Amino acid sequence: MASKIVTGKRNHLLSDLLVNGSLALICLIWTIPTVGLLISSFRPMFDIQTSGWWQVFPHREWRVVEEITPGPDLDRQGVMTFAGASGTFEELRQGVAADGVRVQWIGNRRTGRVEVQERVWTMNTDFTLDNYANVLTGKRYQVRQPDGNVREVQGDNLNNAFLNSLIVAVPSTVIPILIAAFAAYGFAWLRFPGRKILFIMVVALLVVPLQVALVPILRTYVNLRLNGTFLAIWLAHTGFGLPLATYLLYNYISTLPRDILESAFIDGASHFTVFTRLILPLSVPALASFAIFQFLWVWNDYLVALIFIGSKPDVQVLTMRLAEIVGSRGNDWHLLTAGAFVSMVLPLLVFLGLQRFFVRGLLAGSVKG
Amino acid sequence: MQETEKLASPSAGQQHRGSEPGGSSALVQLLLSLLAAAVLGVVLWQGFLYLRDSTDPKWVIAIVAILWGVGGVAATFFVANWLIEQLPMQVRQAVTPYLFIGPAVALLVAYLAAPATRTFIASLYDRTGANFVGLQNYLTVFTDRLMLEAFRNNLLWILVGATFSVIIGLLVAVLADRSRFENFAKSLVFLPMAISMVGAGIIWNFIYQYRDASNPQIGLLNAIVVGLGGQPQSWTTQFQPWNNLFLIVIVIWLQSGYAMVLFSAAIKGIPAEILEAARVDGATEVQVFFRIMLPFIRPTVITVSTTVVIFTLKIFDVVMVMTGGQYGTEVIATLFYRSYFTNRNFGLSSAIAIVLLLAVIPVMIYNLRQFREREAF
Repeated sequence: MASKIVTGKRNHLLSDLLVNGSLALICLIWTIPTVGLLISSFRPMFDIQTSGWWQVFPHREWRVVEEITPGPDLDRQGVMTFAGASGTFEELRQGVAADGVRVQWIGNRRTGRVEVQERVWTMNTDFTLDNYANVLTGKRYQVRQPDGNVREVQGDNLNNAFLNSLIVAVPSTVIPILIAAFAAYGFAWLRFPGRKILFIMVVALLVVPLQVALVPILRTYVNLRLNGTFLAIWLAHTGFGLPLATYLLYNYISTLPRDILESAFIDGASHFTVFTRLILPLSVPALASFAIFQFLWVWNDYLVALIFIGSKPDVQVLTMRLAEIVGSRGNDWHLLTAGAFVSMVLPLLVFLGLQRFFVRGLLAGSVKG
Repeated sequence: MQETEKLASPSAGQQHRGSEPGGSSALVQLLLSLLAAAVLGVVLWQGFLYLRDSTDPKWVIAIVAILWGVGGVAATFFVANWLIEQLPMQVRQAVTPYLFIGPAVALLVAYLAAPATRTFIASLYDRTGANFVGLQNYLTVFTDRLMLEAFRNNLLWILVGATFSVIIGLLVAVLADRSRFENFAKSLVFLPMAISMVGAGIIWNFIYQYRDASNPQIGLLNAIVVGLGGQPQSWTTQFQPWNNLFLIVIVIWLQSGYAMVLFSAAIKGIPAEILEAARVDGATEVQVFFRIMLPFIRPTVITVSTTVVIFTLKIFDVVMVMTGGQYGTEVIATLFYRSYFTNRNFGLSSAIAIVLLLAVIPVMIYNLRQFREREAF
């Protein structure tokens, strides 16, 4: 009996370990990509290009303890010996180990030098805010390279793009919510001809892919000279976000208790007053859920911006700007790492601060088109 | 919703207060509201012109734009309501519902329903939209080499990407449910939901970085491969056809969190007694999962799977940022973009978009059927 309890306990401990262990592994895999980029964004430009970001953690590295310049009369074709290690030129190029040190030939056969290296624990903690200053100001700035030369590097101005993203995202979040809340109230509490068929349209449009609508809208915009204006992209995001917004808010508003409304009507309030004074305040949780959803969606959107803003550089949003840097300067990791984080700051804050609302919005059943 | 219990007309109350239309005050009201509408119209138009042509500092434009956009919509509703209230009772009652649903319906028609119809019509015409070609574009869509490659890749995206997103989401939800670190773990897995696909593309591009074997690797994946004695690879480009899988990983990373949140809520909804009873009867954890949990959360599995499949079907940003559709990674949405914006083929791009629409029609029908079953609307 006693042994059974013990095995039970051991099993429990084992399964606990298994559960938490695998969970920790998944979390680690899920977090490392972002952490790597975050760490890199604080490393000097040259470091990012020449060593992995994990070098900021303690690791063992060969460090030069002595430099030898071989004499001109040394026979470089045969076996040479430095600091107790001997080998041919080819072997020395790869590095030859000898009692605790490594001897390596650096440079070419004729004028090169020899390094005696020791393996030591080290960490690369050279951090800087230069990358952020660089993507935010866009000025040309100077970088000191390891060989002592100073090079001028062109920065990239994301300020403008950041503001554009904000100008696009805020109205593109508020406008559809307002319009959808009105519509949700109309569908839930008013009776009028065409109500059913119109709501069926809302449900049907929930899953329609954006792609079917983009080109005709673009053509209309070009004709109306609306292309590249904020109004154009707000309306586009509003139109694309409306089915989900209306559907979610309808689900919420139609379940509000009727008695509150009826007493308001008896007091002589109009539908408009009831809506603005009663329904909107009561619907704040649902409005907040959708607001976060839509804000993240618009802020992170690339396709809609790409098509309706096109190549106008002064109205470009962050995602477009970043994608452009990836295309034109894809190896400038000092720009990309910091730039990516500049673009993530706001959604991450919104997300972490309002996660509860966001999750509620997701649970309300969201299939976005 | 009870069809019989219609709301009493709000106007009944108003009449008691003696604010019937008629008399001089009503006329003043009418004139005032008309004036307000005119002022609003002028202000909005001026704002539009300002925003289109202004060269002021960006932050000034930002404030004006946000005030103009948000305030403009609110003010329009307000003024429109004011105008409607000046109408005779009968008319007002008939018009009010359309004040509420009108803007939404108009936008839905203008931005989704009508363009979709126009796209369908355009798909039957040639590249300029001038000559009717019947189903020629669709024939091209289903025979063109690049299109077939895109279909193959999209299928791969759905089979691998969607499947793994759902499975990993489910796995994390089940594990987290039994862990003390539930909320922390869930937050970490959920976090990528806040990151744009462009941002995610940069994050993973960095992981996949390739350096010549003679240089130290700065990409984590190649560093691991080299550390284990392998040769570095350029995972997303030359490493065909497996490079598609390395792109798919990004989307699994992005959307597993979504699946997890929904599964987690569903698992919490399973009555504890049922699980307890099964365990007392000697069911193993695996049996509990497959025989009880899974059937119980089946509706959620269906919802999550459809959402994830639709999302994966339309995948665009990741491919565009990572490879631009080159190296055999083309998908339907990138081909759509290229056929219109690069090749200027209006007819073909429309046909590709319609193919995407056709692919989601079963889901649309399912949604509608669900909706009709759920409530007597």
